[in-house]
Amino acid sequence: MASLSRADVAHVAHLARLGLGEDELTRMQGQLNHILDQYAVLAELDTAHIAPTAQTIELENILREDVVTTSLTVDEALAGAPERVGDHFVVPGIIAEHE
Amino acid sequence: MSPGRERAPSGELMRGDELTRLRAHEMAALLRRGEVSSRDLLDAALERIGATDRALHAWVSLDDQRARDAADAADRRIVAARGEGAAALTALPPLIGLPVALKDLVVTRGRPSTAGSRILEGFIGPYDAHIAERLDAAGAVVPGKTNMDEFAMGSSTEHSAWGPTANPWDLARVPGGSSGGSAAAVAAFHVPLGIGTDTGGSIRQPAALCGVAGLKPTYGRVSRYGIIAFASSLDQIGPIGRDTRDTATLLQAIAGRDERDSTSAPIAVEDWATELAVTDDAAARWLHGLRLGLPRQYFVKGMEPGVETRVREAVAALEAAGATIVEVDLPHTDYGLATYYIVAPAEASANLARYDGIRYGYSERGDDVLGNYLATRGRGFGAEVKRRVMLGTYALSAGYYDAFYLKAQKVRTLIKGDFDAAFAEVDALVAPTSPTVAFPIGARLDDPVAMYLSDACTLPVNIAGLPGLSVPCGLSEGLPVGLQFIGRAWDEGTLFRLGRAYEAITSDAQWRVLEPADLAALDDPATPTPAERMAATGAH
Repeated sequence: MASLSRADVAHVAHLARLGLGEDELTRMQGQLNHILDQYAVLAELDTAHIAPTAQTIELENILREDVVTTSLTVDEALAGAPERVGDHFVVPGIIAEHE
Repeated sequence: MSPGRERAPSGELMRGDELTRLRAHEMAALLRRGEVSSRDLLDAALERIGATDRALHAWVSLDDQRARDAADAADRRIVAARGEGAAALTALPPLIGLPVALKDLVVTRGRPSTAGSRILEGFIGPYDAHIAERLDAAGAVVPGKTNMDEFAMGSSTEHSAWGPTANPWDLARVPGGSSGGSAAAVAAFHVPLGIGTDTGGSIRQPAALCGVAGLKPTYGRVSRYGIIAFASSLDQIGPIGRDTRDTATLLQAIAGRDERDSTSAPIAVEDWATELAVTDDAAARWLHGLRLGLPRQYFVKGMEPGVETRVREAVAALEAAGATIVEVDLPHTDYGLATYYIVAPAEASANLARYDGIRYGYSERGDDVLGNYLATRGRGFGAEVKRRVMLGTYALSAGYYDAFYLKAQKVRTLIKGDFDAAFAEVDALVAPTSPTVAFPIGARLDDPVAMYLSDACTLPVNIAGLPGLSVPCGLSEGLPVGLQFIGRAWDEGTLFRLGRAYEAITSDAQWRVLEPADLAALDDPATPTPAERMAATGAH
């Protein structure tokens, strides 16, 4: 299997929204490639005609009536927020202001 | 056969450290006879935790006041039932008044739950997990939350943001993981029972390494509502105790359908504990006519000879007592590790996307939204969690999905098929739980692949969604070895009977009377803490 370059590792870190330092990227590259090497054994198996297993117990669709029930209050839901204004979570501006 | 187990201790004469050595069903009998109170049991547990947890570090948070209130409430129910007579006493829930440890990923209302992660530092649960509600209703008393590998990713409890836990058998060694705190707390006689979760072996492997019993139930047996998720197609909650009967009692209290977790199955929960409360002779007779499969592939490369010896001795004892042993093949076992380390990280990378620093938990500010995410997640997650999020993100990323995740799901079908074929021939499988005994703190921290091999004999069971029970089967080099029974889906009953029968036929074995070798060092102020030991190894 293809091995990951440092740029690949940085790209995956970006996709995963992980801010990694230079030392971490270096260590991660070596460790990830070592782990990916272990995946290579799966290529030995011919799975062309094998159906995938997503879950092991054969449950049918689980349905319930769509009725309103009590849930967390706004205060409970916001109790852990790092920053709150009124009934809202605070996030930085998504759309940048251009001069 | 087992005079030690049949004794009827009088609680009034027992000191605290003797009380904490009782099994759950022994404590339950004393409570019902009025010879000890739930408050006595809790106070003895808290005293022991206070005296020994500096050197063990099994706990990450304690809630003495809430536990005392729960114990007093349990005592009022017991006293009222005693006043009403025998029928009322029998009708009390089996767990009433008994201390139970919760792994730190069980959310409880108004209390911290960190899943061993800095990213959940300061997180206070807004509601109770299903199993927390069930334990409350059963009158169980929860002293606090136990240490674990961050988000349950690990096999040693070293990947906790709050520092590692030691193994009571040798404080320089790990207790296994990820449920290492619960297993160590049970082994060190802090509490008789603990809750763990098992995604690839995280109940069975620490139970094996700490010399206690632990069950990973069938996928879907216990509602995961309120459990901090790791890999949703694999995670399952289960009991840890000092013997099979106690683990059965705890499973009964938490199992069953809950509509808040649509993967919890509407399968009847049996009264396993009552069935197991028989004499040793009666339990040993369960082995007659039982067909047990010994999977050739589970005696893996890298298995310690001492572990193999103990497991083969246990198998011989089961055979001598009347079980039929058949060698079976699980030909895709060698592909389990790679399959697991694609499926679990892929699902984890999706589950852990929710930690964004906006709604709860640790939060770091960057220049913009993206900067917030990068800083919060980069600093909030530890090394192993980042590795797995990276692996999972890569395996699911454009162009790689078919080669990794889909391929692994197909191999998952083959691994499950191996078990289906074996169970056409045998009633259950018997195997090692872990290929090694407890390893030294720091020894595998810088080599993730060596750490992953700890779960080679347990993770195929999660891949196939089956139940697995680990019970102690002796010592190798002074450290506990675990014997694993693997059953058909929903057949925990056979596993419990096997565990109980194995305990019965080995009840007079010399190793059964041995206590963890380093218990005495736990309350010595000169004993280093687990964190000091890890720092001394220089591992990352």
